[in-house]
Amino acid sequence: MTASQDDPLSTSAAASGHGAGAVALADAPLLEVREVSKYFGSVNALQDISLQVYPGEVTCVLGDNGAGKSTLIKILSGVFQPDAGEFLIEGRPVSLAGPREARAHGIATVFQDLATVPLMSLWRNFFLGQEPTRGRGPLRRLDSGQARTIMREELKKMGIDVRDPNQNVGTLSGGERQALAIARAVYFGARVLILDEPTSALGVRQSGIVLKYIVQARELGKGVIFITHNPHHAYPVGDLFYLLKRGRLMASVRKADTTVEGLTEMMAGGAELKELSQELLQLTAGASGAEAAEVAEIARELAEEAPAEDALDSAEDRLREQHGTPGAPT
Amino acid sequence: MELKFPGSSSGGADRTRIAVAEGAATGAAPTTAGLDERLVQVSRLTRLMQRPELGALMGAIAIFVIFAGFDATSNHLWLSQTGFAAWSQTAAFYGIMAVPVGLLMIGGEFDLSTGVMTGATAIVMALLVGHLHWNAWLAILGTLAFAALIGLLNGFVVVRSKLPSFIVTLATFFVLRGLTIGGVLLVNHGSTQVSLEGTSFPGLASAKDVFGSTFASSSSLPSGYQTAVLWFIAVTVVGGYVLSRTTFGNWIYAVGGDANAARNTGVPVARTKILLFLSTSLAAGLVGIISFTQASSAVSEQGVGYEFYYIIAAVVGGCLLTGGYGSAIGAALGACIIGMAFQGVIYAGWDSSWDFTFLGIVLFLAVLVNTVVYRRAQRARR
Repeated sequence: MTASQDDPLSTSAAASGHGAGAVALADAPLLEVREVSKYFGSVNALQDISLQVYPGEVTCVLGDNGAGKSTLIKILSGVFQPDAGEFLIEGRPVSLAGPREARAHGIATVFQDLATVPLMSLWRNFFLGQEPTRGRGPLRRLDSGQARTIMREELKKMGIDVRDPNQNVGTLSGGERQALAIARAVYFGARVLILDEPTSALGVRQSGIVLKYIVQARELGKGVIFITHNPHHAYPVGDLFYLLKRGRLMASVRKADTTVEGLTEMMAGGAELKELSQELLQLTAGASGAEAAEVAEIARELAEEAPAEDALDSAEDRLREQHGTPGAPT
Repeated sequence: MELKFPGSSSGGADRTRIAVAEGAATGAAPTTAGLDERLVQVSRLTRLMQRPELGALMGAIAIFVIFAGFDATSNHLWLSQTGFAAWSQTAAFYGIMAVPVGLLMIGGEFDLSTGVMTGATAIVMALLVGHLHWNAWLAILGTLAFAALIGLLNGFVVVRSKLPSFIVTLATFFVLRGLTIGGVLLVNHGSTQVSLEGTSFPGLASAKDVFGSTFASSSSLPSGYQTAVLWFIAVTVVGGYVLSRTTFGNWIYAVGGDANAARNTGVPVARTKILLFLSTSLAAGLVGIISFTQASSAVSEQGVGYEFYYIIAAVVGGCLLTGGYGSAIGAALGACIIGMAFQGVIYAGWDSSWDFTFLGIVLFLAVLVNTVVYRRAQRARR
């Protein structure tokens, strides 16, 4: 039903693969979903989503709040089963019974909460749920020495020099925690890495660091799925972009065919940005000095982000065709 | 500072020292992503202060010294073997429970039925041996099976209903309390004391040797130490080992620290919690067996109210009320503090009514100290 289904990607994908493992599997995507849908009662959380993930590529899933990103992640990571549609791994249809099975297929998800325990040390967190042991029977115990060594090596691969494996994870910064979670997923055999809004809670510098880890994972030949609502984060690292809006796939584009501005426009809808900018300017009328200047600055930025008028109109028309009023809150 | 002490949560595991490898990051790696240098400037003292059992250790030493000073007995019993045997016996009774209760607390749950369980299991054992004339060893198995049943029930209900364990085990507490009175009155000719009837009880003598006897008697201590003390030590060693050296111990920290994160990494959260409830109830069974074999009788309502001593011991020992942090050895030290306090007050010739006031103050101070420690360990840079 959307442009994505007679999709230009499947043909161009193999040719434009970046990473080391991209060519190995010819045209079969590492992971693919075909027209999956998910309903919660009378709500269509997802409708006919098709998506492909290639090794050595970063596949970005973009969407605002309520677009269905989390539902899609949960389907991809095996938490939810789709109500309709196909799930393929390396071209073979599978049905995942749960997250454990997804992991067995090499699909690892780094959730927003990162699945780390703040009060536990780095090495205990790294191996949580998959602890290395030595000895037999009742003498089977944690191999803490080996665990520390492996963790240091793996984090070094991500470019992090761990000085103290006994340090609590709670003392790490958000970006470092993200790196720990990514390194853990990579170490435990992930081929597809799903990153759920890894940069959403981070500052500018920390976000940059996380983006580097994403590139690093791609260079290792992983198929990375990068979920975000920020096109400025997605564009520099992404190879392939899927745009979700209100449970539907709005567009899917390759990097060569779009720009940051293009992504922004498709995502937020330029009209809304313009409107916001106007409202903000009105607010500044009543405000004082420094505050007013700040708000005016934001308003100006919003106005810049918003594309030209006719582009807006056509985008809006497109949206209206698909979902009715585009501006309605989700 | 280039050498590090092992961290607080390793529970004294391998004392590996890790040298700081400056600038050893791989070629293309973002060097800025390395851990912040400021983080390394943690003094050894701070590291030591972060160990969960440190407060309890210092408290235990302080209380030992204080009561040595206030000892009012004619021949300074506090510093003699007699004094040691006296408080270690009390400590053992609390400690055998405090250790698993501490582990459960680290796992993020409470068990308020532990106190009444120690009494109920003693009564079960007394009824099996005294009324049904089971072999004592068979009765021990039966008692442990009863304890296991209650523990599994607590665990399953908590995990399935997702109700706070505080409420679930409070219900178990009252149900068991009623049973130990009403049920015993029914089958025990209207008396709440279950004693042995008749003369011959197969296996009871050997069971008493193992559980309810004494050891290491000498000329200076004719009565010897209670066997319970050995059980206390054994439970502490096993608890400490499991917590710091095994996979299961890792899971205990994880389910208490962040159950959701634990689940997402594949830790069997429900199984871990159920096993923790099982361990507290089995420990209660052990205490019941010990107290019955010591006294050869059991009374309804014995052990009621003790659950709070166990929780106090665990909290004093550094276990965090909210879970995810603590130590088995700390809980054992907490039990020693309670044992010393109760015995010390007697030797000092003070009114033992003040025991409770003392415990209340100790509990409050311990929680204050723990909160500071917790904030240090939790401190995040964002």
